[in-house]
Amino acid sequence: MLFYLFAILAILSAAYMVLTRNLLYAGFSLLITLLSIAGIYVLLFADFIAVTQLMVYVGGVLVLILFGIMLSSRVHDKSVLSESVNKVWGTLVAGLILVGLSYTILKANISALPWLQTSEMDVLGDQKSTVQSIGIKLMTDVVVPFELASLLLLIALMGAAYIATDKPKV
Amino acid sequence: MDIPLEHILLLSAVLFSIGVLAVISKRHAVVVLMGIELIFNAANLNLVAFSRHDPALLQGQLFSLFVIVVAAAEAAVALAIVLRVYQYFKTANLSEVATQEE
Repeated sequence: MLFYLFAILAILSAAYMVLTRNLLYAGFSLLITLLSIAGIYVLLFADFIAVTQLMVYVGGVLVLILFGIMLSSRVHDKSVLSESVNKVWGTLVAGLILVGLSYTILKANISALPWLQTSEMDVLGDQKSTVQSIGIKLMTDVVVPFELASLLLLIALMGAAYIATDKPKV
Repeated sequence: MDIPLEHILLLSAVLFSIGVLAVISKRHAVVVLMGIELIFNAANLNLVAFSRHDPALLQGQLFSLFVIVVAAAEAAVALAIVLRVYQYFKTANLSEVATQEE
């Protein structure tokens, strides 16, 4: 099934992102992970989220990260590498988190939850996509968080530009 | 085609722990940021997966939209800070930055 293909691709490239020492390879394998997560969103009938993932993460955040790699590494005298520290403890903590989460998920028997039993799996219903209902909800139910998000983006943009510029020495 | 909810949650758990591993064990600040992005994506995957069972309301998808917005803002500010730290200390290596003085 397509979902398992995307899932295996996402896990493999995420694991490669952690294991590789080359920063640029890590960035590009994160790109593959984000793209497969966008594919999984499409399979979950979340088309608008998938397009947003493509535009914001793959188009924006990843380009920012690649800029960050390029600008924060001395390419000439040293190759672009990221060393690992705390390998044993990090693997131990991450593995324990994974085991705990998997145990909880498998024990919780989520499919038997009452509200999941009664819910309709037919997400789209009679409409073609979720874009219209998301747009209506953004302008009615969650209009205050929506405006706050626009304000947050403006503040973050100005703050990032202010932090990153060279200040003249006084 | 019906994807079981448990499998999506397990995929999200795997991505989350890989992100935690990247945050703990990497020394370059940009790779730590990439791990944080991975954690955000794992959370979003859970939200979208549960939102599939919530057809009329779509609250999970709306929440994941706001998570994406906040993550984008966080990435911009954090990378600006990383560049600033790199200009100041001439390194983006977190364990070297932690031990350097003035």
